[in-house]
Amino acid sequence: MSREHDHGMSVVVKTVTRLTVGLILLYGIYIVLHGHVTPGGGFAGGVIIALSFVHLVLGFGKETAFKKLDENATGFFEGFGALLFLALALAGLSSGGHFFLNLFKEQGEPFKLVSAGIIAPCNIAISLKVSAGLFSIFIALTVLRPESENK
Amino acid sequence: MIAIYVLLILMIIGAIVAIEVKDLLSSVIAVGAVGLGLSLACLILKAPDVAITQLVVEIIAVIILIRATVRKDLPGSTAAHRIMAGLVAVVFIVAFVAIAANAFKALPPFGKPWMTVAQEYLTDGLNATGATNYVAAILLDFRAYDTLGEATVLFSAAIGVLAVARRVGRREE
Repeated sequence: MSREHDHGMSVVVKTVTRLTVGLILLYGIYIVLHGHVTPGGGFAGGVIIALSFVHLVLGFGKETAFKKLDENATGFFEGFGALLFLALALAGLSSGGHFFLNLFKEQGEPFKLVSAGIIAPCNIAISLKVSAGLFSIFIALTVLRPESENK
Repeated sequence: MIAIYVLLILMIIGAIVAIEVKDLLSSVIAVGAVGLGLSLACLILKAPDVAITQLVVEIIAVIILIRATVRKDLPGSTAAHRIMAGLVAVVFIVAFVAIAANAFKALPPFGKPWMTVAQEYLTDGLNATGATNYVAAILLDFRAYDTLGEATVLFSAAIGVLAVARRVGRREE
């Protein structure tokens, strides 16, 4: 990231960012939660959630964005999402079935939000992992500057 | 069908522009246009899941490319490098076309027969999983191992990038 952009862009960009960033985050959460009912799912929704934080970094600079979600929290959510996905897979094994057994699939009815057993929790786990992973890749490649550029 | 061919031609033009143009920013934007064309093509082929994923991944890829690479100085290539790279490219293109020409003979024509493999998912998917979005049902139930592998790939990619970039980032504080 270039030096003149460390504290964000102009007032116009900041105002538009303030209005849109919450909507983008909510849209990502909507795509994730409805992944088993409508098109979308954990991966696409996770990328949209990551894009909302990328939007914050681009508009306001890294300090403001790191107040919402800093580097350590990103690492925590990435590991938590991966472990949650694995735990959901192992839950089928430990309940006497096979790996990735779809538990509770009879509960709820089709076309409703509560349906499809562990597919919805799996979507949430994948979205946590994907959003934290892509955001950490973004900040690693752009915000953390190589030492040679500081001189 | 016409729309697919128009989009394909536009994507090929965009790819050629991305290679040939001198300015790195224009090149990245041309790559983004290729990705947008691919997303539209998936939408026309009635694959909204793929279209959404392609669109958002393309957006984040273009942002990272612009932010991370455009201001870097790229090492220039000498004439010998260019001739060598051209020779390697020609060899690989000839080999790929020869293998593909044989492999594509075994494939059914485009769009026909209408869904022989996927028909089973369509008839049994709702009863077997309870999910009405069959793509999610396939990704997270029938073929959840694939998704676990994909998650592992992304996890290791993020850890690798952080391991390379983070030490340098910490030293600057």
